[in-house]
Amino acid sequence: MTLANPLTAIFAPPPTPGVLGVFGHLDSTVSAIEELKRTGHRDFTVYSPLPRHELEHALAQPVSPVRAFTLIGGISGCAIGAWISLYMSYDWPVQVGGKTIGSIPAYVVIMFEMTVLFGALTTLLGVVLNVLLAARHQGTIAYDPRFTNDKFGIFVPAEAAQAGRVEGVLKGCGAEEVRRG
Amino acid sequence: MATTSAPQRAADPQVTYDDVTRTVYRTLGNPGKGYYALLGTAVAMLAWGVICLLYLLRYGLGLAGYSMPAYWAIYITCFVFWVGIAHSGTLISAILFLFRAGWRTAVYRCAEIMTVFAVMTAGLFPLIHIGRQWFFYWLVPYPNERGLWPNFKSPLVWDEFAIGTYFTVSTCFLIMGLIPDIAAVRDIATGWRKKMYALTSLGWRGTNEQWRHYRPAYLYLAALATPLVLSVHSVVSWDFAMAQVPAWHETLFAPYFVAGAIYSGCAMVITLLVPLRKFFHLEEIVTIRHFENLAKLCLTTGMIVCYAYSVENFVAWYGGPTPEREAFLYRAFGKFWWAGWTMNICNAFLPWLLWFKKVRTNITALFVIAFFVNLGMWMERFVIIAVHLAGEPFNKFVAAGYNATWADWGIMAGSFGWFFMWFLLFVKNFPSVSVAEVKEELPPPQRAAARHA
Repeated sequence: MTLANPLTAIFAPPPTPGVLGVFGHLDSTVSAIEELKRTGHRDFTVYSPLPRHELEHALAQPVSPVRAFTLIGGISGCAIGAWISLYMSYDWPVQVGGKTIGSIPAYVVIMFEMTVLFGALTTLLGVVLNVLLAARHQGTIAYDPRFTNDKFGIFVPAEAAQAGRVEGVLKGCGAEEVRRG
Repeated sequence: MATTSAPQRAADPQVTYDDVTRTVYRTLGNPGKGYYALLGTAVAMLAWGVICLLYLLRYGLGLAGYSMPAYWAIYITCFVFWVGIAHSGTLISAILFLFRAGWRTAVYRCAEIMTVFAVMTAGLFPLIHIGRQWFFYWLVPYPNERGLWPNFKSPLVWDEFAIGTYFTVSTCFLIMGLIPDIAAVRDIATGWRKKMYALTSLGWRGTNEQWRHYRPAYLYLAALATPLVLSVHSVVSWDFAMAQVPAWHETLFAPYFVAGAIYSGCAMVITLLVPLRKFFHLEEIVTIRHFENLAKLCLTTGMIVCYAYSVENFVAWYGGPTPEREAFLYRAFGKFWWAGWTMNICNAFLPWLLWFKKVRTNITALFVIAFFVNLGMWMERFVIIAVHLAGEPFNKFVAAGYNATWADWGIMAGSFGWFFMWFLLFVKNFPSVSVAEVKEELPPPQRAAARHA
């Protein structure tokens, strides 16, 4: 019996059948997105070499949950900063410079730095987790190296029976190249 | 091309997305002899620094020329200098990002790698300065054998937190910005480089899901890095301002240091960009306009520095107690008069030249001015730290004086070697100009426009 390799199972699931369209223009990509949404497609993937608000408007995706990661990280960092400085002061109280043992104004610096540090690290964590989850949902889908250079792309998951119709939609909207992946 | 203004340039149909990717990719390829000569010089300087450091380890801090009361000297000067250099990188990459200043896209990567490597260099100096480097972990907040914790009221502990956070956050910010650009060069690279970029681009493909999480995250990182620009050098300045040494104990120090940091950092960006643009043929992407804007930043912060110098001298004369007044007289006419006047001339008088557009748009002039600004800013830190300690007027050891030694200069040269070595290695292996963000400044290819043409 062969056991499933968890890494392969997570990162390289079997290829998803579908249609890949390569677009040279931003407006034709936007019209293809709108046309696909109109014909009931939801889980297609759009590739672009740069972020464009036209694409974001056309896709109208929900707001990324990364902001929650940043907020929670920042608040936790501030709390940890307050905790370590106050706890460590009271654990072995030493009077320094005539100040109170737990002197908040001096510890604001530590709290601030920890807010920024934890906020930044959890933001990164948020991106990594969300992008990995999305990649897992998408599976292994067709890609073209021109998508990081000067072409836009749309991959529509479709079984062989529907693929012809999707190809028609993409070509009709001005795809330069359409292929099955 | 080089002098076209922003709107004209944006409407220029000549520069396409493909041109941007290929121009940046061209900077990576095989380096020439000049590159190896520069890298060799940097490594040789680093090696000299390491040899001096080994001597210092063997013979102790006496080799650093310390004598009572000057126990903070070249190493702390270099520490403040390099932290200062780092600041303009974060200003350009984070603050100008939040202000939506389009011109930053072409220069911010260079400024950001400068930031990371400068903080990396700065971080070495407290370690060198502590003398017993093998106890470096005593800086970490953990209790000693008797359960005693670090003193959180000490600015030195704040500084450790500030520098640690700054290095971590600016590295995260740099890596975050690099990912889409490494993916762009991955897709046109060949050979071993393709493998390296495939690994380091972390699977970036520019899908809508990736951009959806990436864009807000980049914004939040910029928002988190922004207060760091103001806070880190303020904390560094409090290392001095919290102490009761004449000419250190000033409320002015935080804004004075932050302005000085951005001033020297912008000068360093100019110093690095001028050769980079020439050798990598980036004239189409990094234009005169970028240099002029950097010069304007230099001018603004230079004026603040000039104002700060005037205020501290004025306050010492007008309201200060005798030790304060004597400290400033010592700065101007004491044993280290040359350092004091180099600082005044380079930092307070030289930036006035930048009021003239002719100077701001002349790259050779800017390069020369930037060199002297860097020299002046190093001197400023030397004057504040070493000179004011050596010249403490009420100290009974005042006759002891202070002289830097060959080990000091060697370790300082080593720090420049260390910084330039990393910088040179980076610019030949990773995109030193942002690919995705430069594309954002170009008009997108539209089918409608193509039909009309």
